[in-house]
Amino acid sequence: MAVRKVTMPAPAGPGAAVFARPTAERGLLSWLTTVDHKRLGLLYIFTSFAFMAAASVEAFLIRLQLAAPGNTLLSPEVYNQMFTMHGVTMVFLAIMPLGIGFANYFVPLQIGARDLAFPRLNAFGYWVYAAGGLFLYTSFFLGSPPDVGWVAYAPLTSLSNNPGNGTDFYMIGLLVGGIGTLVTAMNLIVTVISMRAPGMTMMRVPVFTWMMLVTSFLIIFAFPPLTIALFQVIMDRTFGTLFYVPAAGALPILWQHLFWIFGHPEVYIIILPAFGVISEVIPTFSRKPLFGYPVVILSGIFIGFMGFAVWSHHMFTTGLGPVVNTAFALTSFVIGIPTGIKVFNWLGTIWGGQVRFTVAMHYAIAFLITFTIGGITGIMLAVPPFTAQAHDTYFVVAHFHYVMGGGALLAFFAGLYYWFPKMSGKLMDERLGKWAFWFLVPGLHLIFFPQHVAGLMGMPRRTQTFVEGVGLELPNLISTSGTFVMLVGLVLLAANILHGLLRGKPAGNDPWDARTLEWATTSPPPHHDFDRQPVVNDRDAHWVQKYPESVHGERVPENASEPYDRHGIHMPGQSIYPFFLALALLVFSYALLFHNWWVLGLSVALMFFFTYLWAFEGVGGRHLKVPGAPARAKGARS
Amino acid sequence: MQARRWLRRALAAAASVPLIAACEFSGPQSALDPAGPVAQAQKDLFLWTFWLSWPVMIGVFGALAYALWRFRARGNAKELPHQTHGNLRLEVAWTVIPVILVILVAVPTVRTIFSTEQRVTPGPDDLVVHATGYQWWFKFEYTDLGFTTANELIVPVGTRVVMSLDSADVLHAFWVPNLAGKRDMIPNQDNQIWFTADRAGTYFGQCAELCLGAHAYMRFRVIAMERDDYQRWVTAFQDAGRRTVAADPLVERGRALTAQKGCVACHTIEGFGPVAVGNADFPDLTNFGLRTTVGAAIADNTPENLAAWLRDPQAMKPGNYMPTLWSADDPNRDAEIDAIVAYLLSLGRDSAAGASLSLGDAHGRP
Repeated sequence: MAVRKVTMPAPAGPGAAVFARPTAERGLLSWLTTVDHKRLGLLYIFTSFAFMAAASVEAFLIRLQLAAPGNTLLSPEVYNQMFTMHGVTMVFLAIMPLGIGFANYFVPLQIGARDLAFPRLNAFGYWVYAAGGLFLYTSFFLGSPPDVGWVAYAPLTSLSNNPGNGTDFYMIGLLVGGIGTLVTAMNLIVTVISMRAPGMTMMRVPVFTWMMLVTSFLIIFAFPPLTIALFQVIMDRTFGTLFYVPAAGALPILWQHLFWIFGHPEVYIIILPAFGVISEVIPTFSRKPLFGYPVVILSGIFIGFMGFAVWSHHMFTTGLGPVVNTAFALTSFVIGIPTGIKVFNWLGTIWGGQVRFTVAMHYAIAFLITFTIGGITGIMLAVPPFTAQAHDTYFVVAHFHYVMGGGALLAFFAGLYYWFPKMSGKLMDERLGKWAFWFLVPGLHLIFFPQHVAGLMGMPRRTQTFVEGVGLELPNLISTSGTFVMLVGLVLLAANILHGLLRGKPAGNDPWDARTLEWATTSPPPHHDFDRQPVVNDRDAHWVQKYPESVHGERVPENASEPYDRHGIHMPGQSIYPFFLALALLVFSYALLFHNWWVLGLSVALMFFFTYLWAFEGVGGRHLKVPGAPARAKGARS
Repeated sequence: MQARRWLRRALAAAASVPLIAACEFSGPQSALDPAGPVAQAQKDLFLWTFWLSWPVMIGVFGALAYALWRFRARGNAKELPHQTHGNLRLEVAWTVIPVILVILVAVPTVRTIFSTEQRVTPGPDDLVVHATGYQWWFKFEYTDLGFTTANELIVPVGTRVVMSLDSADVLHAFWVPNLAGKRDMIPNQDNQIWFTADRAGTYFGQCAELCLGAHAYMRFRVIAMERDDYQRWVTAFQDAGRRTVAADPLVERGRALTAQKGCVACHTIEGFGPVAVGNADFPDLTNFGLRTTVGAAIADNTPENLAAWLRDPQAMKPGNYMPTLWSADDPNRDAEIDAIVAYLLSLGRDSAAGASLSLGDAHGRP
């Protein structure tokens, strides 16, 4: 469409731009300086898929090693590095950022906004995440990758027990990466609270956005304890403090408390966005509104709150005593109730609908089944006397792969198939998608179901071999063979993404006959997201425009006729400083790791310098006039 | 239909997984094969949640399958389905259902927590053992009886064993699936676990908390003996310091070599000779001939395995701290190892307990 650019007159006086802000629209510089939430969302999604590929290779090696007892493919050291990097990557670099990536792209679109509240901060969040991930993965070349498990229990991480620099890569990498997650969470909260389209009350906000809001609050409260714990270990290892040195009287259990006060909410940070995706996909492909919307929202909030009250269920065997174990068992049981309610509401949504079995819906159904099984084993593991057996065994490994892999990841695959047409403007191949699905999901169950049995038969996790003759050979062999099946599915999925990008059929604005605002604009959406400011009069804001007979509230939004965007649409200016600041932080990380205090000082100076330039680079931005923007199509059906 | 056929195949494959796995759930390291009241209570609770999960799964998956089939799109897309937004009565119902299920799980859970995890004060009838985890072996101190073993915990059937748990370096976990479940061994923290063995047998244990290095090989055994056998075994340990070495030239040469090669700088051997030897932070080899395993329960205690262990400890248990005492081209290696093996295996075998060694195998070893 024709878009006329109107450059904003630079304000005179002390607020004037020191440097002109970059305006590149294509090429490398446009990506390094972008503040567009859609581009950053795509960067997040692409980067998290890249890390997921790395983590999958690590997982594949782990399973090959465990195909038979006494296998010598990986040495114990390399094996420890593989499962540590697999866990760290999947949790911090793949699945959590994938949810944040979808949020970056779709939260503004779903609430009828044109960007996040702080576009440059958003770019900073992405670049810091990318820097943290890059930092962690350079450990393969600059020393040794961490080998202490993704939970990195003290005192295994102390300098005397772990003299290599792998632990430093873990601690500093997570500390830096956490900054990116934190700022993005704050950005999302401000965006959802203050930038919703006219008429979009909180009880009209789409469920995915709602769950991202809850998730963002979880991030803000969960990351500080982790930061404290990471900081303590960094101090121990760098400056010889004694937080976790038992010889000096330290109680190493402190790390577990701090880690899990973060770690359990982290589980919900990963799964709540997945719940959100499912709550978008199932209504769309059932052609019905989400059943019990307020209950689903409240369950999500309740899960978020309770997520902070269950951390010790990861510590049932640490000897906290029967009273503590009882308390945390009960809170953990309670958290199962809202989770169950959500599953019932998704069932209620399907009930009475017109279910279309698209690939996205396939993944949503697979999510429901897999997540329910994972939820049931979760309740089992909330029983402390059973966990006295199952803790640190393959039963736990099976459980969290059912909820993280089978739950979160399958939900995000549903989201990928659902939103791919919106992001690319093209359709993915449904036939190829179903082939991929029927390898991927059975493969996943083939890998992880037998691990329940292995755990009950006495197989501890984090061991590179297992004892012969106690019944562990068969479940491990089945599990390893499943990786090949799932691998075929993953390759087909990747092929389908490529095929969709290169040869996909045009998608149109609304290929799924969907319900929320992101489907009201073009695919992919223009830089300014919406030609006209959307005005909302119902929960399913886009749906009721297409089907006015199903409208819930007033037919015509009361403030629809107000002259929005009278001065044009404000587009924020691009900036290179988020990227530079993240780069300085990366230099800081290496300096801290290698104890190079001169470079460290320089990097801190650079950080101040870039922050200063960031603050004073001027307002920038421009106002777009969209000429002849079509009048709101009343009752138009796609 | 291609997809249907694949679906059927996938379902058949998925169904066969639990069938195959269900063949054999018992074993010397299985949580589903309890040999004492603690492990029995843990298993019972698991089975209770396991059977409760069936109606949940059948209900949810049944309703899902039915809804997907009944409400599949049938080319009637022109007619919108009823745009219902919810139903209060249903919401209340499916809030109450999980609440009831959770209560059904919670009540026996709390009861079992207090019946199996309550800290106890050992009485005169209990066997008190202090266990310490080391990278990568377990030390068991029979504090009331006055001796120490490594990696093998011998207990009498029917007696409550009260263990205090400690660690000398990083985190470890004491885990015997058939008897007790697990409890972590944490430096500077006084943890306790207790259990009773109901039947004689050999039960496998393993460290369950990542401790790097040879973590995967950090195993131990609990051998439950009938009371008489156990008493003979205790006597053999209490008398170990007073016994002398069998008058066999090979054994005597082995004894001299353990001093010469520096073994006794670390390893304690009661009855070794006129001087006290060893260091309490290394595995105690007293009455080694009565042991069933070498190298922290990773191989049976046969002359061949013991010789292999001495020849190249890293080959059997990569990462462990036992030094390799002979270079590969040492011409005396095999002869010296034979002598040391003869000496170590003679330890305790002259005692009455030696006869009962095989009694621990009632449970069967692989």
